Amino acid sequence: MNEITYAQAIKDAMSEEMRRDPKVFLLGEDIGAYGGAFGVTRGMLEEFGPDRIRDTPISEAAITGAAVGAAMTGMRPIMEIMFSDFITIAMDQLVNQAAKARYQFGGQVSVPMVLRAPEGSGTGAAAQHSQSIEAWILNVPGLKVVAPSTPADAKGLLKASIRDDNPVVFLEQKLLYRKKGPVPDGDVVIPLGKADVNRPGTDISIISYGRMMERCLQAAEELAKDGISAEVMDLRSLRPLDTEAIVSSAIKTGRVLIVHEACRFGGFGGEIAATICDSEAFFYLDAPVRRLAGKDVPIPYNKYLEAGIVPTTEAILAAARDLAK
Amino acid sequence: MTIPREKLEDMYRKMALTRAFEETAMRLFSLGKVHGTAHFCIGEEATGTGVCAGIQPQDLIYATHRGHGQSISKGMNVDRMMAEFLGKATGVCKGKGGCMHIADVSAGNLGANGIVGGGIPIAVGAALGTVMQKIDRVVVCFFGDGASNEGTFHESINLASVWKLPIVFACVNNCYGMSMKVTASMNITDIALRASSYGIPGMTVDGNDVLAVYAAAQEAREHASRNGPVLLVLNTYRIMGHSKSDSGAYRTKEEVEEWKRKDPLKRFVSTLLQQGLFTEAEIAGIDAEAAAVIEHAVAYAESSPEPSLDTVEQDVYA
Repeated sequence: MNEITYAQAIKDAMSEEMRRDPKVFLLGEDIGAYGGAFGVTRGMLEEFGPDRIRDTPISEAAITGAAVGAAMTGMRPIMEIMFSDFITIAMDQLVNQAAKARYQFGGQVSVPMVLRAPEGSGTGAAAQHSQSIEAWILNVPGLKVVAPSTPADAKGLLKASIRDDNPVVFLEQKLLYRKKGPVPDGDVVIPLGKADVNRPGTDISIISYGRMMERCLQAAEELAKDGISAEVMDLRSLRPLDTEAIVSSAIKTGRVLIVHEACRFGGFGGEIAATICDSEAFFYLDAPVRRLAGKDVPIPYNKYLEAGIVPTTEAILAAARDLAK
Repeated sequence: MTIPREKLEDMYRKMALTRAFEETAMRLFSLGKVHGTAHFCIGEEATGTGVCAGIQPQDLIYATHRGHGQSISKGMNVDRMMAEFLGKATGVCKGKGGCMHIADVSAGNLGANGIVGGGIPIAVGAALGTVMQKIDRVVVCFFGDGASNEGTFHESINLASVWKLPIVFACVNNCYGMSMKVTASMNITDIALRASSYGIPGMTVDGNDVLAVYAAAQEAREHASRNGPVLLVLNTYRIMGHSKSDSGAYRTKEEVEEWKRKDPLKRFVSTLLQQGLFTEAEIAGIDAEAAAVIEHAVAYAESSPEPSLDTVEQDVYA
């Protein structure tokens, strides 16, 4: 067990997979000598060389299409989109090509690729570099979506994503890049589609993923002081989704608070809430399922405004206390 | 250059098959037997056939939404192609793609595309995979004049050029992007000029002359396999409307008639006859054989079962 950063864990996962499998390679903007906009790939050019760490022109559609085509013909590309917001420029290649190639060709091809992209606010980069975009991607059958919250999960889930035979969108939480956490040694692969109950509890379920996990755990700690036992669940993988874990936690506690950074309207919280209300868990609910999410505004620049639009630990705590009444 | 007789015969057979496929597909439409839409390549047969004849069996193609001729010329089984057109379970894509998404990986056809310009970056990726796996192979990406106005065209050619990938960008200029005439959609008359922006060679060929297309494709392939990408522009004409919904209000009958006189099949036949390489009876024999092959394909497709609804969730994920 080593204490390493989230960024290091991602780099380690890629490096280990590249040593294991010659078909794995990286492409993206400024991932070579620069080391990636957030430094994730720093040092990889030196180890693997320019053939496998491919710096590209600023051409998101071509980068994504190149990954799709390489994947269709036997390679396992990992591509980096510098900010998840820029996926818009590659949307056709991701949504109409990567996600649909297998189905529309009757299963003749597979597209084993990973699209890595950092998401989230908190860096003062304003409206076009700070969004949490998972809801756009989650509505597309054929894609998988992962959003890890710890270094250990980032490493284990990225390894699983690289080995997966489908296109996986791996949403890195940019404010977590420098956070350290324990990561087990060795080749630990965490299967996609399994939620993690970070903290078991009996009175209320707090269901979240990504950067908000840290705040949910802090809130649970405070709730414990009030004698409220909160179960905190990290979904980790959003598609495939561990519906069984969600439903059984809701049945156990009867009170559910869903927390995410992305905008509320049309956000993934609605899907989680519907998963509970569509299931037998509905009959066990003691209170309405509650969502706490980012405000429905573009991300503002000013640091107070920016901090004010995502759920805070205090807001999570207040909502949980209210629900647990 | 002397072309072996078998090669010439194969090229004419592919063109005749394509024409017969398209005419039969249109007849099936008028009989109400087709659920979707289709984009016919009548008048453009020399482009798909000439290019596919000029490359090697191991080479890969990415086709367009108007890609029946490209697919047939790459050696696709027409029974399974017709079955896909009718949406049957025996279709090459199990009835899930339709004729806009025909693919036959075993024949080196990695798929037609319903998004204009959507296949171009993917073809670049296949060329990248080719280089990284050290495979002796070239990728041919078909697209149209309309696609050359898409961003993906420019991004992809630039990327392929920077990486010197073994790819031929085959632009089938059929004079129209749906109703938009090519002269109105760009301010140049020769699309191959666009190659110079990316530091690669551009070639322009009479796309109704199958022998000229064949020779150009050989040259382009040779260049691509050694020195990187080539833009090969094939000037031709779309005789039929864009799709089944097209009333033709944007062009004159005279213009269409003028191009009908440049029919690539008639032109090839007249060359073959003039040079004494084939007799009229031999040509008629190939035409009859093509008609029979397509008739068989229709019988196969019509007698094939509809896909079961149980299969509808298959192949979303690997």
